[in-house]
Parts: sequence; C-alpha cells; structure tokens
Amino acid sequence: MKHSYLRTAALAVAAGGILLTSAACGSGFDDKAGQSSAPQSSGPASLQILIGSSGDAETAAVKEAAAAWSASSGNTATVTPAQDLTQQLGQAFAGDNPPDVFYVDASRFADYASVGALEPYGDKISNPDDFYQSLRTTFTRDGKFYCVPKDFSTLALIVNDELWKKAGLGESDVPADWQQLTAVAEKIKAKGIVPLALGDTRDRIGAFMVQAGGWITSDDGKQATADSPENLQALEYTRSLLKDGLARYPKQLDAGWGGEAFGKGKAAMTIEGNWIKGAMKADFPDVKYTAHELPAGPKGKGTLSFTNCWGISAKSRHKEQAISFVEAMTKADQQMAFARAFGVMPSRQSAKEQFSKEFPDDVPFVNSAGYAHGPVNAPKMDSVLADFDAGLQQLATTAPKTILTRLQKNAQGVLGG
Amino acid sequence: MDITSRTGLPRLGRTSATRENLAGWLFLAPVVAILGLFLLLPILMALWVSLTSWNGQGSPFTGKVPFVGLDNYTGLFTRDDLARENFMVSVRNNIYYVGIVVPAQTVLALGLALIVNGRLLKGRTFFRSAFFFPSVTSSVAISVVFLFIFANSGAVNSLLGFFGVSGPAWFSDPRGVLHLLLGGLGVVDLDAPPAALTAGGPFGLSWWEWLSGPSVAMCTIIMLVVWTTSGTFMLMFLAALQDIPVTLEEASVLDGAGRWQRFRYVTLPLLKPTVFLVLTLGLIATWQVFDQVYVMSQGNPAKTTLTPAYLSYRTAFRDFDYGSGTAISFVLFLIIVVLALLQRWVMRERAADPGVRRRTRPRRS
Repeated sequence: MKHSYLRTAALAVAAGGILLTSAACGSGFDDKAGQSSAPQSSGPASLQILIGSSGDAETAAVKEAAAAWSASSGNTATVTPAQDLTQQLGQAFAGDNPPDVFYVDASRFADYASVGALEPYGDKISNPDDFYQSLRTTFTRDGKFYCVPKDFSTLALIVNDELWKKAGLGESDVPADWQQLTAVAEKIKAKGIVPLALGDTRDRIGAFMVQAGGWITSDDGKQATADSPENLQALEYTRSLLKDGLARYPKQLDAGWGGEAFGKGKAAMTIEGNWIKGAMKADFPDVKYTAHELPAGPKGKGTLSFTNCWGISAKSRHKEQAISFVEAMTKADQQMAFARAFGVMPSRQSAKEQFSKEFPDDVPFVNSAGYAHGPVNAPKMDSVLADFDAGLQQLATTAPKTILTRLQKNAQGVLGG
Repeated sequence: MDITSRTGLPRLGRTSATRENLAGWLFLAPVVAILGLFLLLPILMALWVSLTSWNGQGSPFTGKVPFVGLDNYTGLFTRDDLARENFMVSVRNNIYYVGIVVPAQTVLALGLALIVNGRLLKGRTFFRSAFFFPSVTSSVAISVVFLFIFANSGAVNSLLGFFGVSGPAWFSDPRGVLHLLLGGLGVVDLDAPPAALTAGGPFGLSWWEWLSGPSVAMCTIIMLVVWTTSGTFMLMFLAALQDIPVTLEEASVLDGAGRWQRFRYVTLPLLKPTVFLVLTLGLIATWQVFDQVYVMSQGNPAKTTLTPAYLSYRTAFRDFDYGSGTAISFVLFLIIVVLALLQRWVMRERAADPGVRRRTRPRRS
C-alpha cells in the first residue's frame, strides 16, 4: 500500500512538473518586458484604443474623431469604451497585452508611470508648451513629460441664484476669500438655509489645502508633506465651517454628492467641477445657478484640476502611429469639438479664447486653470488617500492634527520619504 | 510482495498490476490534465507570485522579477503600516460577517425546509420555488436591487418612516452595531470610549476597533446574503429530510415522542451530515465574499465592508502590488482550511454519545 502511495505521489509531481514546463514554454508567457523597447512596425497599423467614457456622447465623439483620423492616415483605430478602466488596464498589463492608446486618470498616472507601463512621448506632440502648465506637471514624472492631457475640469463655487436672493445677497456678495465666505455663509444660515454642500473627500476639501499653500505631497510626488501648518490651517477652517453648520457633507443632506444636494435646493452653494453642468441639465433643469472662482485662502487662489491623458503603452508595436493619433485628438479644433459634444474643457491654452467665447458660463472654470493643482501624483497612494478620505468624513469630530499625522505616517510608509 | 513471490506467480501478478495501473492512469489522464492545467497550475503560479514583488508588467516567471521570500506574508502581520491595518480591518469585518451569516442562513434554511417538507402545507411547490428563487438569480442583479431598496429615501426607509422610525443612511453609515448597542445601553460613551480598550490590541488594531461589530452598511450585505443563500441550503436540507424513513418517525410517535422531541432526537441527528455540509459550504462561501462588496460598497464606508477577498483584488489590480494581493488570498485560504478542519473535529462522529443515551433511557424504562 505504502509503495503505491509513493508512486502515485511521484506520478502526480511528475505530471505537475510537465504541466509547469509546458506552460512556461507556451507563447503566452514570452518575456517582452525584458527588452528595453518593443519592436516597432511601420506602415498602416491597427490601433486598439481603450477609453473610460463618461457616456454615449463621449464614446460617439471619440469614435467619430478616430474614424476621421483613420481615413486621413490610412491606419485603423478601434475605439472600445471600458466598463471599468482601471481593472481592464491592470489585467491587460498583467496579461502582457495592453491596448496601444488608453485614457489615464491623473490620480492613477503615477501608478502606471512608475512601473514602466507608459511611453514618455509628451514632448513629441507638436507645441507641448501650449498645454496648461499645471496639467503638464500632473503628467510629468522624473523630469519626463509622459502623456498629453486630453481635457480637464476644475472646481468652482456654484451659487443657487434663487436661494442667494432669498438670503438678501447680491452679485457683489460672492465671496472672494475665506473671511467673506464665512460672513456670507453666516448670513445664509441666518435665513435657515444650509449655506454650503461640500463633498467629504480630498477632491473637494483639498482645494482649501491648496488655498492655504499646502498639499499632501511635494510637487515631484517624492515626499509626503501632509503634516504641515498650511494643511492644518486648511482643515481647521473647514472644520469650523462644519462645526458651525456653515457647511454640510452631502450625506448629511441626504444626497450622494454636492451637485445632488445643490440641485435639490438643500444648499445655497456647493464646490463642484464643470461636470455639474450636465447633471443640472439632466436632473434639475429648472434650477438657476452661476459659477464663480473659488474664494482665495491665506496663500492666494487655489483649486483642484481633474484630468485624463492619452496614455500610450510602452509595449505598443505602433508607437509612431499612436503618437500621430494622439496628435490628431489633441488639436485645438478637435478639442473644441469634444467640448461641444460632451462639455469638457480643452487642455490647450490656444483653445481658451474660442472656448470662453462659446461657453461664457464656463469662464470661471477655465480661468482657474492657471492656479489649479492636480491630484496626488505618487504611486501606490490609492489606499493611503482612501484612508485620508475616511478621516475627512469624521472631520467634525476628530482633531485635524490627528488626521494629518496619520496621513503623513501612511504616505511616508508608501513613498519612503 | 512477499505473498506474491510465495504464490509462485510473481511475474504475471506484477505485470498485470502494472498494466492495470497504466490503464487506470490513461483513463484518468484527461481529467488529471484538465484539473492540473486549470486548477493546480494557477494555484502554484499564484503561490510563486505571492513570494515576489511583481508589479504586473510582463511575465512574473522570469529571473528579473524580485524574489522576496515570505516578506509579503510577514508584512501582513508584523509591519506597522496601512497595509496591515487594512488587512486586519478586513479580517475583523469578515469575522463578524461569517459569525452572523453562517448560523443565520443555516437556521433559516432548516426552518424553510421543515416548512415546505410539511405534508399539511398547501401549495408546497409554489413555496419551494419561491424560497429557492433568490439563489438562482444573479448576485449582481440582486445587489443592485438592494442598493435601491436601502437607499436613503428607498423602500426600507419609507416603510420605517411609516412607523415613525427614521432609518439610517444604510450604505454610508460606518458605525459598528456592537458599538451602537453598547452606547445605547449606556455601557460606554461612544465619543470617548474607555481608555482600556483604545490603548492597544493585537495586530495594530485596538480592542475597541476589534469589538465594533459589523457596521450598519455591512448589516445590509449580511441581510442580502442570508436571504439569497438560504434557498440553496434549504434545498439540501429538503433532500435530506425526504431521505429520512417514515417508519422511524412513526416509531418515535408510537414511543410517545412529541413534535419537538421528534425533531430534536430523530430528525436532527439524521440531518447531521447535511448540517455539516451546509456549515462547511457556508463557511467557505462567506469567507470568500466578493461580488456583493464589489457591486454595493467597494469597501466603503470607512473600510467597514472591506473583506480579505476584495482587499486582495484591490491590492493587486489597483495598487499593482500583486505579491501582497496573492499573499492575502493564501492567508484567506489557510483561514478557511483551518476553520473547516476545526469544524470537522467539533462535529466528528463520536463512537458512543453518552449524553444522548442518558437522556433517552430513563424515559423508556
């Protein structure tokens, strides 16, 4: 009996070994990463484009633009909208079969760039200095401008005209700094209206940190700078708004996000990006509102920018054609076409004038671009920032210093700074 | 071996045995190959990845991928950082989840099976299908429906409002139920929990955090899972119930056993193998909970619905830390194996159960 067990075990091990070796020899595990650059093929190429689309309008617009590029360049481009871009890209990289061109969210950029998944092509696009400086910084790592921004959004102060008037306020009362914001909010509160609906994450409260002159990491994304007096001042101020009932988180107003609370008329102001335009048109078409630049803090004006870039895979075999595709997508008039189709802002400064003329209501958003700060551009920060958000949700009852110390410790653990 | 040589037919016996063995393996070869290729091999590959710090670029099976030994595993338990805290939080959440879901779904499934097995119930087929229905529906679809039902102004809160109760914001409420209970009873002050509990605790999580109980958000997932899976297990109990010979029940009735006694001393002991099966399957499935978390909460609010399975996915595919991600899944595997063995040991067949005998004998005499 013992003998037969041994033999079975030996056979099983042998079978496992054969399987392992056969799989290792299989073509699926060829080591392309080892080579410094993927072999390039010139001539007409078939590009795979993966986009994280905001909706049908965007998908259709990108498909149309891609078709026009295909017709003029003789290549083909297949545009696929992703269900879950982050997951699909992660799987594609792990499976060694990434798309040639894809959207890269600014907050995920460092993760991709740090593992060498992206081709640093930014300076090969014509007139790269035309892109807003803050957006270029967002997509620069180790001195290399990796990918060009597709478009961008910024945060602004959105004011409900009707509630504003109800509180006895006029156009000149729109707050320009923190003191005025507090003063105005107190006036609104006195009328029994919630003054400000403020999203409870770093993507909104972070704007106060920028206005105070602070940020979570250093500009190059190499060091944690969370535990600073500037950040403390920003959180103390936000906390005072929350404690005095001058600001409320959307959740407290029975809403999923600031725009929903604002649209339902539960707050007179909110801090949101230009995407609120589409949401208001679809869900709350009767609410009259205006957008204004965010009030300045002790260190001047500040807002946050949100953007995607056109990433090109480091493993693409058609990089030259991919760059030509991105070139076509980021031409000023093409960006204007996208702006008309799905309400984004062009990332090229040369399109600013045209944009401001066509969309006068969006001028505060596009004007904020000069002093906007991008998301944290350091790798592996996702869980650290999620933890920070969890801390911000408890801001009304937790000491800001505790939250920042914790963020500093966690960020240092990841960045090693 | 000695016996065959003594019978004088060593050669014949051995060759026929070898040939039989060979034929056996030949017949098994397709299954062994398929299971090996799609089951064993991926597990071994994942095990290898868990020993490296592969970042998801290119193949993990080259010499260029840094080998880190057991670092990914020890880091989960000993390193004082966010990764360990997240892991421990996810384990805590899952312990409460398993601790409530497994007993609840087992009892509910047994109860439902007893009801639809009853001969007096009219429309049994209808109820059987009705109870089984949630189990055959896609868990994603059901999760989305629950999202609507438990929304802030959804059906549940409207119903509660009808009775004058203002319901919680289910999916955004990170407060632990046990904390709320203790606070509600006045045992502790929620804003200033006792220093003895917050001062320290195992694995970097204070005792106060370990004792939070499932959050309100987690409770909705618990309700959903109990509701959907009890139908499947009801089917297993039903099959076992119908296997119980009617003669046994009649005999116990003649012996003067009441309904409860019949259930406790006849039905339940005969259902023991099924109970073991249901508990084991429940244990495995609940430790691996993923799709409900992925669809409904993504670990939010404040990490209270984070589970090891979801954390493993997030660490690997979002943070590109495939080593830690797979290490988490292997720790999860070990937890499940250990618990299943423990359960087997607890429910083992005892040669003679003195407890049962002592209780039944006096009644017969």
